[in-house]
Order: sequence, then structure tokens, then C-alpha cells
Amino acid sequence: MRSAMVKKPESGIVLTEEQKRRRRARSIALAITLGLLVLLIYAVTVVKLGPDVLRRPL
Amino acid sequence: MSLVSEGADLARPLRGETAYAEPSMAGVGDFMALMKPRVMSLVVFTALAGLLLAPGHLHPVLGFTALLCIAVGAGAAGALNMWYDADIDAVMSRTSSRPIPAGRVQPSEALAFGVTLAVGSVVMLGLMINLVAAGLLAFTILFYVVVYTMWLKRWTPQNIVIGGAAGAFPPMIGWAAATGGIGMESVLLVLIIFFWTPPHFWALALLRTDEYARAGVPMLPVVSGARETRRQILIYSLVLAPIGASPWLFGFAGLAFGIVAMLGGAAMVALSWQLWRAPSDQAAKRLFTFSILYLFVLFAALLAERGLGGLLGRAFA
Repeated sequence: MRSAMVKKPESGIVLTEEQKRRRRARSIALAITLGLLVLLIYAVTVVKLGPDVLRRPL
Repeated sequence: MSLVSEGADLARPLRGETAYAEPSMAGVGDFMALMKPRVMSLVVFTALAGLLLAPGHLHPVLGFTALLCIAVGAGAAGALNMWYDADIDAVMSRTSSRPIPAGRVQPSEALAFGVTLAVGSVVMLGLMINLVAAGLLAFTILFYVVVYTMWLKRWTPQNIVIGGAAGAFPPMIGWAAATGGIGMESVLLVLIIFFWTPPHFWALALLRTDEYARAGVPMLPVVSGARETRRQILIYSLVLAPIGASPWLFGFAGLAFGIVAMLGGAAMVALSWQLWRAPSDQAAKRLFTFSILYLFVLFAALLAERGLGGLLGRAFA
């Protein structure tokens, strides 16, 4: 029981604070890019469909 | 029932410790630098010229999308160029601080980044604008990466002459995005950039001859010497001057553009002549700097004339 409470040392590569900071910046940039891509695809879809996007049989 | 047996070790490293990749130190700015933003700005500007000079009307959202795809495609080509040329970049002072030789970006990261952007930009352009523009963009990226970077650059002093075609295509892609085809006017715009490239790059190469020699890149000054390079610069400038004015000569542009093009072309020839007669680093630097201004002013004049013509046309209609 006691041995289970002892924190095991992390294996593999441990990121430094700087590496974590840069990874976070990359993740945020990627998220923003994907968000803008979604907006762009939405806008292009509306433009290509034109006013017909609202005309459909109910 | 699960198809995976209980306790299966799914994330087992393939070769023990060596399976771990080095943690990336790449910042967002490094990925931006991989896309060669200065080259990209010239690509966007010339593509915009092709887009706006083309007949017909493209919705601003679609025009923006086309330009974005062209810019990202150019960025992808830049990233793939930096991936392949990292060994050359490392030994040249102008490029040694680029993200890969500086160790901030792993080559595999640059490769994945470049391929993703290249495929993404071509697919988006094809789906959202048209297949002709997408095909031209794909051809341009492949030409720059495979024909220029991987083949010509390390093989022949004519590398930037033939490879320059890749940098010349953006106005044609812009034109194709707006019209779905390739017009004579867009061919003239391509020819202008194609014949502008050799005097522009050889002027720079004259200033960096030692570095190119050390890197083993067979630029013209390294292989044939400075004198032959200056002669070739003069010849290409003499060809460029009338081609620069060709949109006016063929009736696609007005007199205002013709005057600007002739003055600019004459200045290019004069600076090339000066470099030929009295060679110096200053003369090469002057020609290099002016060549950038020349191309910018030429395309800006085309755009201004078209914009002003449209405004006056509407005012007197």
C-alpha cells in the first residue's frame, strides 16, 4: 500500500518550461488557424450558394 | 466485446529510447519564417495584379480565398525549399539563421508543414475557386521544389533562369482564379517576371559569390565568373525593358503604364550598363535594390491604371 503512494519518476523525455511554452503557443496558433478555416469555408459556401441558400421547400 | 485484448501495450516504442523524437523548440514565428514571408508578399502582390486585371468579376470573398491559397502555396514551396536546402543554408551567412540550420525546427517538422500546406492550398483552391488555378498552383509548387530546388539549383548555372518560372506564375494563377482560363495578358505578366529574375538574382549572386562557392551552388558568377555574369545581366535587362512595356505595346495597358514601364526599363538597362562598365559591389547592390522597386512599380502602375480607369469610366458613364 505504501509503495503505491510513492510518486514514480517520469519516464521518457521531460519537457522544459520553455518547450512547454512553445508547444502551447503552437497549439493556440493551430487552433486559431483551424477556427479561421472553418469561418472561411462557411463564408465561401454562402457566397457560392448565393441567395438560394434560403430558398428551399419547407 | 473489445477487439483489443485487456492490457495490450498500444503505445510501445518501436526501438526503445531511440523511438522518442526530440522535443520541438519551434515557435510560431519559426513556422512563419519557413514560409519566406518576403517572397510571399511579392507572390501575393503579383497574383493580386493578375486577379484584378482579369476581365469579369470575382466576389471579394472568393478573391480573398484565391489569394490566401496562392500565398499559402507559396509558403509551402518556401518551407519545402528550406527543408531540402538546409545543408546549403547552414554554410551561408545570409541563411544560416533560418529555422532549420539554427536548430529551432527539425527537418521532419518542416517537411510535414510544407507538404500539409501544399496539399491543403491546392485542394482548397480547386474546391473553392476552380481546377485550372489549382492545377497551376500545384505545378508551380512542384516546379519550385522538384525542378528548381532538388535538381537545377545544385546542377547548372542556369538554375535561376529556368527555376525563375516558378516565381513568375502567380499572376497567371490569379488570372486563372478570376477567369478559369489563361489569357494572353497573363502570359505577358509571367514573361515580365521571368526575364526580371536573372538580373535580380545575379546582382545578388555577385555580392555573395564566395558564399555560393563555399556552399557548392553553381551560380553563374561561381562557374563563369563575374565578367560573364555582368554581361548576362546586361543582356537580360535589354530583353526585359521592352517586355516590361509589352502590356502597353499589345494594347492591354494605357500610355501612363507605357511611360512608367519605359522609364523603369531604361533605368534597369542603365544600372546594368553601369555594372558592366564599372563593376563594384555598390553597383550590384544598386541594381538589386532597384530591380525590386522596378517590378513593384510596374505591377502597381498596371493596377493603378486599371483602378483609375474604372473610376473615371464610372464617373463619365
